[in-house]
Amino acid sequence: MSQFDIEKLPKGSKGFMYDWGSDQRAFKGVPWGKAMMWIFLLSDTFIFSCFLISLMTARASTVVPWPPTSDVFALTVFGVELPLLLIAIMTFVLITSSGTMAIAVKYGYEKNRKLCGWFLLATAIGGLTFVGMQAFEWSKLIFHDGVRPWSNPFGAEQFGAFFFMVTGFHGTHVSIGVIFLFIFARKVFRGDFDTGRRGYFTSMKSDYEAIEILGLYWHFVDLVWVFIFAFFYLW
Amino acid sequence: MTGDKKQVHTHKLGIYLWIWTLLFVFSFFSYMVDYLNYQGLLRWSLIVFFMLAKAGFIMAIFMHLYWERWAIVNVLLWPMTAIGVFIAIMAAESYYTFFSRMFYFVVGS
Repeated sequence: MSQFDIEKLPKGSKGFMYDWGSDQRAFKGVPWGKAMMWIFLLSDTFIFSCFLISLMTARASTVVPWPPTSDVFALTVFGVELPLLLIAIMTFVLITSSGTMAIAVKYGYEKNRKLCGWFLLATAIGGLTFVGMQAFEWSKLIFHDGVRPWSNPFGAEQFGAFFFMVTGFHGTHVSIGVIFLFIFARKVFRGDFDTGRRGYFTSMKSDYEAIEILGLYWHFVDLVWVFIFAFFYLW
Repeated sequence: MTGDKKQVHTHKLGIYLWIWTLLFVFSFFSYMVDYLNYQGLLRWSLIVFFMLAKAGFIMAIFMHLYWERWAIVNVLLWPMTAIGVFIAIMAAESYYTFFSRMFYFVVGS
């Protein structure tokens, strides 16, 4: 691997040309794991885009009114009906966990083992809270309101199918993220990235870069929720 | 990577807290769009504005894309234009479907 000083390379569009035209690795200063995670996230973006675009297609082409999401997801607190309350809380919880993740990545790079671990743990608990509230939301819709993928009491039949597919696929991503957050919190607390202990599955030594890669995945999950919140719940 | 000069560039804690606060504020505003029951073009433009603002900050700061080199930024952002084209195609398609449904439901097959 040739040595280079990233600060001395051309930047901006000149840097773009230089990196791609230099007949060596294109993504300079980017660990392969991070590049691969970005490319995976790009493909995941396409999957979620397909879901949301088909939601748009179904909503725009149905002749039956779309269920009023504002009322469907309303919660009654102390006798006051607040629209979309649970979804708003879920949004804040996920953003909070995204913030703690960003801070965990920062402390990871500073090799602050304890703080990195605690913030990872906080992120995992935030994600777990989110999944729990989603389970509550699903069971309310299924058992209380009788929403099914093929029918619902509120309006257009497609609503149920899209609700379960889109939020289910996102919830799966969150759940997988939570599992990995707990695993990596344990690895950080144990000091795997300081002692160079080899991973159980990969048998490879790892570094705090792994925390940033995990962070990319977690921020992406938050990013997808931003779009689901806008297009499914608010629109 | 072995052999590479490790350059650890961490940012101040403040920037993350700032972006975090901004995301909270934007989320609150987009929730208020629904709470205040804005409708029509105002609702849609506000929703899209807050959505893109949040997505932009998450990608730029939390995912460090602002500090990444252009080679990888371009690889990630250009494919998104394909999604934009797909949205346009399917919007046109769904309006046509809606039109033909209305037409045949009224006129009869």
